[in-house]
Amino acid sequence: MTYKTDMGRVKGLGTAKEGTHEWWIGRLTSVALIPLTLCFIWRVAPLIGGTHAEVLAAFQSPFTAITTILFIMIAFVHLAGGLQEVIVDYVHGKVTLVVLLVSTKLICWGMGFAGAFAVAKIAFGA
Amino acid sequence: MADVNRDKRPLSPHISIYRPQINSITSIINRITGIGMSLAAMLIVWWLLAAATSASYFDFVNGLLTSWFGLLVMFGSLWALWFHFLGGIRHLIMDFGIGYELKSVDFWGWAIIALSFVLTAASIICLSAF
Repeated sequence: MTYKTDMGRVKGLGTAKEGTHEWWIGRLTSVALIPLTLCFIWRVAPLIGGTHAEVLAAFQSPFTAITTILFIMIAFVHLAGGLQEVIVDYVHGKVTLVVLLVSTKLICWGMGFAGAFAVAKIAFGA
Repeated sequence: MADVNRDKRPLSPHISIYRPQINSITSIINRITGIGMSLAAMLIVWWLLAAATSASYFDFVNGLLTSWFGLLVMFGSLWALWFHFLGGIRHLIMDFGIGYELKSVDFWGWAIIALSFVLTAASIICLSAF
C-alpha cells in the first residue's frame, strides 16, 4: 500500500526513467543514417577483402572519410538507443537491467569513437 | 489506488499471445537484424583499427573477415543492413500515420522482405564489379 498518487508514481519512473527523448534520437539518427548507409555500402563495403594500400588510398578522399566517420558515430548512437529499447523490454531484473544498460552504452560510445579515430588517423596519413 | 495485482500483470511486449502476422514478423526481424548488426559493427571497427595500425595486422583481420565464416557474417550483415534500412524507412513513413490500412501493411511487409534480398544481391553484383 502506497500513499502516492498514480501520477506521482508514474512521473519519471518508467523503465527508462525518461520520456520521448530516446524516441526522438532514434528517429533523428535513422534519418541521418539513410544517406550515410548508402555511402558506406558504396564506398567502404567493397574495400573489405581489398589490399591495405587500397584502404589507405580510399580514405584519402574527404568525402569517403567524412561520411564514414559520421556513419560510424551515428550508427553507434542509433545502436545504443536500439539496444536500450530491447533491454528495457525484455530484461526485468533491476541489477541485470542497470548492468546491461550501462555496459551496452559504454561499449557503443567506445566503439563509435574507436572507429572514427581509425578513419581519421588513416585520412590524416597513417 | 492500491493495485493488488501489480506484480502479476503481463509485461509488454506479449509476443507469445499473438498469432504471427506479417507485420509482427517484420517488426521482430527489424529488431533481430538491429541486434545482429552490432557484431558486424564491431568487426568493421576492428578492421578499420587494423588498417590504421599496420599492413600485417590489416592482413590478419582482413583475412578473418574474408574467410568462409567471415564472409558468411559479412554477407548476412549486408542483408540485415538492407532489411533494417527498408524496415526503418517504413517505420519513419508510418510515423506520419501513413500505410496502416491492412492491404498496405500486408503489401509492404512482403515487399520489404523481397526488396531486402533483391538489394543484397544487386549490391553484391554491382560492388564486386568495380
